[in-house]
Amino acid sequence: MAELAMQTAKAKPARKPQVTWSALWLVVPGVLFLVAFLLYPSFQLLLVSLKDPRTGAWTLTAFSKVFAGGVYTRTLSSTFIVALQTTLWCIFAGYPLAYWLARLSPRRQRMAALFVLLPFWTSALVKNFAWLVFLGRNGVINDLLGAMGFTPAELLFQRATVVFAMVHTMLPLAVMVMLPTMNQIERQLAQAADTLGASAAQQFWRVYLPLSMPGVAAAGLLVFISALGFFITPTLLGGARDTMLSQLIIVQINQLQNWQMGAAIAVMLVLAALVTCFIYDRTFGLSTLSGGSSDRLQHNGLMRRAGLGIGCAMGNLCDALARGYSRLSGARNAGWMLAAYAWLIIAVLIVPILAFIPMAFTGSDFLSFPPPSLSFKWFGQYLQSPLWVGSTLRSFGIGVATASITLLLATLAAFGLARSRSRLGGLAFLLFMTPMIVPPIVISVSLFYLFAQMSLVATNLGIIIGHTVIALPMAFVVLLATFKHYDWRLDQAAATLGAAPWRVFIKVTLPLIKGGMFAGLVTAFLQSFEELTVAMFIGGGVKTTLPKQMWDDILLQVTPTLAAASVVVVVIVCALFFLMEYFRPAEHQVSAS
Amino acid sequence: MSTLTHLAATSPDQGRAHNPNAQGAPIKLRVEGLGKRYGNIDALHALDLDVRSGELLTLLGASGSGKTTLLQIISGLVAPSSGRIVIDGRDQTHAPAHQRDIGVVFQNYALFPHLTVSQNVGFALDMRGVSRAESRRRINEALAMVGLEAMHQRFPRELSGGQQQRVALARCFIYKPSLILMDEPLSALDRKLRETMQMEIKRLHRETGSTIIFVTHDQDEALALSDRICMMHNGRIEQIDTPQAMYERPSTVAVARFIGISNVLEGTVMQGDQLATADATVALPKGHGCQPGTPGALVIRPEHLNVVAADHGALRGTVVEAVYAGVETRIVVRLASGNLIVVRRLSGQAPLGIGSVVGLEWPAHPPHFLSV
Repeated sequence: MAELAMQTAKAKPARKPQVTWSALWLVVPGVLFLVAFLLYPSFQLLLVSLKDPRTGAWTLTAFSKVFAGGVYTRTLSSTFIVALQTTLWCIFAGYPLAYWLARLSPRRQRMAALFVLLPFWTSALVKNFAWLVFLGRNGVINDLLGAMGFTPAELLFQRATVVFAMVHTMLPLAVMVMLPTMNQIERQLAQAADTLGASAAQQFWRVYLPLSMPGVAAAGLLVFISALGFFITPTLLGGARDTMLSQLIIVQINQLQNWQMGAAIAVMLVLAALVTCFIYDRTFGLSTLSGGSSDRLQHNGLMRRAGLGIGCAMGNLCDALARGYSRLSGARNAGWMLAAYAWLIIAVLIVPILAFIPMAFTGSDFLSFPPPSLSFKWFGQYLQSPLWVGSTLRSFGIGVATASITLLLATLAAFGLARSRSRLGGLAFLLFMTPMIVPPIVISVSLFYLFAQMSLVATNLGIIIGHTVIALPMAFVVLLATFKHYDWRLDQAAATLGAAPWRVFIKVTLPLIKGGMFAGLVTAFLQSFEELTVAMFIGGGVKTTLPKQMWDDILLQVTPTLAAASVVVVVIVCALFFLMEYFRPAEHQVSAS
Repeated sequence: MSTLTHLAATSPDQGRAHNPNAQGAPIKLRVEGLGKRYGNIDALHALDLDVRSGELLTLLGASGSGKTTLLQIISGLVAPSSGRIVIDGRDQTHAPAHQRDIGVVFQNYALFPHLTVSQNVGFALDMRGVSRAESRRRINEALAMVGLEAMHQRFPRELSGGQQQRVALARCFIYKPSLILMDEPLSALDRKLRETMQMEIKRLHRETGSTIIFVTHDQDEALALSDRICMMHNGRIEQIDTPQAMYERPSTVAVARFIGISNVLEGTVMQGDQLATADATVALPKGHGCQPGTPGALVIRPEHLNVVAADHGALRGTVVEAVYAGVETRIVVRLASGNLIVVRRLSGQAPLGIGSVVGLEWPAHPPHFLSV
């Protein structure tokens, strides 16, 4: 009987083979785009790093310099250490927050998640700029320390500050990646463990934690890879010893014009990211990134056994601790501590962003929090400056163009992949996710090299292409999820009811997928609107976008105009973000029996 | 025509696990005045229930009848608003689930996806600090009991639905909990497999002598499995009885309609043991004990009805449907009032055309009377 059931499960026929082939063709435009503007320029960059610029001969001198000790090797190791520290902190600080979110009812989770999503969508530039103001010698933190009787400390230009600000920047990412895995863990499993005799501590360590590990690993991977390519935080908040690889690339290419060295460092960055991905794939399987279940769970793998062993030991330990605690305090429920922790983290995430609003209305000539008096003069400055207004308008235009192209390519590709079962689909999926793995700085530098040959440097089109490469993965993931959840039998139903294909699309398909389409559009726009690196290289100092203008200003002179600009960014981000939430399709509630 | 959807084969004398010891056995579980309120809604109204050691009791009812809530309170996963739970003479009302020594088989099995079959089955032994060697022996024993020895290294997702079900059963039976609760454990299986698993559960119950409370909304399953059925409706216990008693002597119209196919004739009790219904006045069995003028109902099972000529019999109606089901044919007759009556006829008798007018009588078997 059981064997029969298994056979029928296996023999499920693939649906409609004739559809799958034609559908996969829709992936082609996106694939061509990425081959032309991601793979080809990256390959060129690799060649540049391996060739002597004068003789054109093959050489490994640039790479040997990286490993020869001295500043390059130091930077390489400090980049790794900072990235690793950032990743660990993001996971340790973010896990309880994600856990707290996952245990809320769906309605309340959606509300609470807004507080994490908002900082997620606010640009790293704005967040780090806030810490620059707060942690300065005359910043609010030092004022507080002074008021409590401590001597003001030098908080900026420390390794710890860099790590802290990077964790602050990427914690929302870690939480948003961990949350879906936790949401998928059936509550019944904990109940089952409960009835089998497991205490709350053992339920967590033996059942919940192992099941949430794929999300933790995915969060670790994404945070680590983004952290490797970071340059905003170490530039603004770090000292000379906290220099990271991306900063070296900028120096080599923008200041020293040493393409071979810059390219070699870029190749190192990509290699580091690829090795990380490879290790991740060996251990967990890349398919878990898109929410699929891991197929790498080996029956007696060392990782699995070690993980289960640690879970058992921790379960027993925490069980004993919890018993001791409840015996000492008499309290049975310490759940409020988790909630308090979650709200504390949310406050730390949100406050620096909201603090710009009062700072922008300061009457003083210096940025300070809290502002000594209030006025509109800095917004006036902002609106009267052709530089600021021009860059804002350009960012808008580039954002709209990027969003449109990205949506077109991503929709076609996601539709094609969702409707096909071809093996090639997996390759296409990997290609579309690649811009997430290649650090933005490498994408920018390689495009800079390519566009220099095509006279696309210092053009809006160049920036739009670069932004599209960067915005593609996330829009693609959003749309792929939309199409995968879409029930195609509805289309068939509409067709059998007499609707012509275009009417099926207008009347049935579009209304059901428009939330996902809109989300894809907004994510692409926001990524472009806040993107700095591409604009830095390809803008060529001529086509200045809003983030580039802010970056230049922060490096030159910090004025309250910057706070006004930050408020503009935050307001636009908030407006779009809430629009996206508003249009998000209501999740179908599973009715409880 | 909703009657037709209830035409599933049900016969009162299907095999049933009758535990001869259950009658005099000690009380395993006592539920006293147990109530549960969610906001302003009473999910359970102060129920009392005794379950004897070694008994297999089903909680039967439609969705929303409170059977799952009752099960969750007994298991300790939901706290009651009032009342007491006593297991083996000890008050367990406020004990957390992991200290209750109960076993639960969940609707979707709730197997741990990150653990192998062996690890799933051995989980409870782990929690109880059973030694490794002992644990291995008992896991092998439990897997042998459900015929899954060869699968011990697999993960749950590598098993079929029926196999997953067996793992869930083994995981529950292995630590010999004093009380086993099953929450619609077979509802995800197809019909053939469901029947096989029913046999399996009966066998396990017989072999282990365990006490089982089994929740289901499927009356066939309840009739086939139970020593006793506890029929629930709107958060109350409607009737607790053996399957046979429940089929033959339902205590309310709700029970009669839920269990098997019932033809219910409602009317008013008249002088001289008569019931006046909208269609006809029919004789009542002696000793119904109701005063004339009170409302009452007759429950007549389809297998007790005979089709006779139109001018004979106690009732008269038009044949509106005939459903062939192998050994028998079910005939639906519409009475003048619109009431639909289902009749079972052995196949092979002269077929009845749709639209023909027939009479109905119940010569051999007196119908069951209910005061409403």
